[in-house]
Amino acid sequence: MTAHERRTIPFEGKNGNNARMTSFTHLYKFSAPAAFYPLAGRLIPWFWGLAALFGAIGLWLGLAVAPTDFQQGEGYRIIFVHVGASWMSMFLYLIMAFWSAIGLAFNTRLSGMMAAALAPTGALFAFISLWTGALWGKPMWGTWWVWDARLTSELILLFLYIGFIALTRAIDDPRRADRAGAVLALVGVVNIPIIYFSVTWWNTLHQGASVSLTKSPSMAAVMLWGMLFCALAMWMYAIAVSLIRVRGIILERERHANWVKALLLDRAKH
Amino acid sequence: MKARHQRLLLVLAALAALGLIVALVFSALKENVAFFHSPADIAAGKAPENKLFRVGGLVEAGSLERQEDGVTVRFVVTDNIARVPVHYKGILPNLFSEGKGVVAQGRLAEDGVFVAQKVLAKHDENYMPPEAAQALQAAHEAGIGNRTMNPSDPGFLEKK
Repeated sequence: MTAHERRTIPFEGKNGNNARMTSFTHLYKFSAPAAFYPLAGRLIPWFWGLAALFGAIGLWLGLAVAPTDFQQGEGYRIIFVHVGASWMSMFLYLIMAFWSAIGLAFNTRLSGMMAAALAPTGALFAFISLWTGALWGKPMWGTWWVWDARLTSELILLFLYIGFIALTRAIDDPRRADRAGAVLALVGVVNIPIIYFSVTWWNTLHQGASVSLTKSPSMAAVMLWGMLFCALAMWMYAIAVSLIRVRGIILERERHANWVKALLLDRAKH
Repeated sequence: MKARHQRLLLVLAALAALGLIVALVFSALKENVAFFHSPADIAAGKAPENKLFRVGGLVEAGSLERQEDGVTVRFVVTDNIARVPVHYKGILPNLFSEGKGVVAQGRLAEDGVFVAQKVLAKHDENYMPPEAAQALQAAHEAGIGNRTMNPSDPGFLEKK
């Protein structure tokens, strides 16, 4: 058995002391790709289900129940896509940076795979945020795009995602690619508070936050609920597709490990 | 020097360079990142002269005048501290109206009139049905409205 194969054995098989495991170490065993792969597979349908449920509720509230806005008319309804996508683009970057930090600090293999799996979805949401923002800006502000602090920092976020993807794909050795990507992700995390606070720190064309932790939301309740459910749906979707992607990455990277061979043989039989 | 020491040095140098870049960018942004100047800035002489810049504030109620040709307008931008008269020929955005937020891009003429080339509407972060807005407006006029939900304040006055 090579050293590489030995490392892929799930945690629980190592000492046979399962009974003594605390709940934390019980969770910890899933940091082994071989243990995480089947867990992710079991979780994915649940997140798809939640995404569909929350999406249906959110769109129904947003498009059918929520009233017309007093100044923007029906045009404001793009908010139900725009805000959730913007939140997710920032939130997924934080999660990506979290896994990058864990990977750098503890040298855990799964962390880099998680970061790599999150990046395309984060980039997608950043793109949707910018695109729906442009579609919204044209009728309301009178312009598709301005170089104000909020829009520019969100564009930088999209470039950070694309840069992360390009950098990690450009390096052949996956462990080195993970480390390089992790450094980039951690450096870029400074952009997240800049995006979030840009509308309070500087004069921007973009308006301030309607929903924040420090004040009550400045939206009618039905509009707010519609927006929150849509954002939840996008969150669940992000988890589902990221888990699918991380499973693909696990199989690709661990293809020489015995458990993957066993899995593929097993699948070929059925 | 071992290879891993070299790598460590490289990483540290890169981080130091990065820190320097971030610090420089921040100090530069502090001055230049403002998307618009307020009428108070212009009154205080902080706005650039003979240069394209933007002025932002509220369209003063009752100040909007349309010329015969239908596309030339005059209005006053105010932040409740100072006023700037604006001259503009072109299409106004849908949300442009008196008492609402506006950002105009152009130059300050010698006579103190801001000649705009482009006018953008800046709306606030409040979303509500028209009936609620009317109720709030009525409450505000009666002096009992709360500040964060005042539909006639697009948030221009909060940053100062």
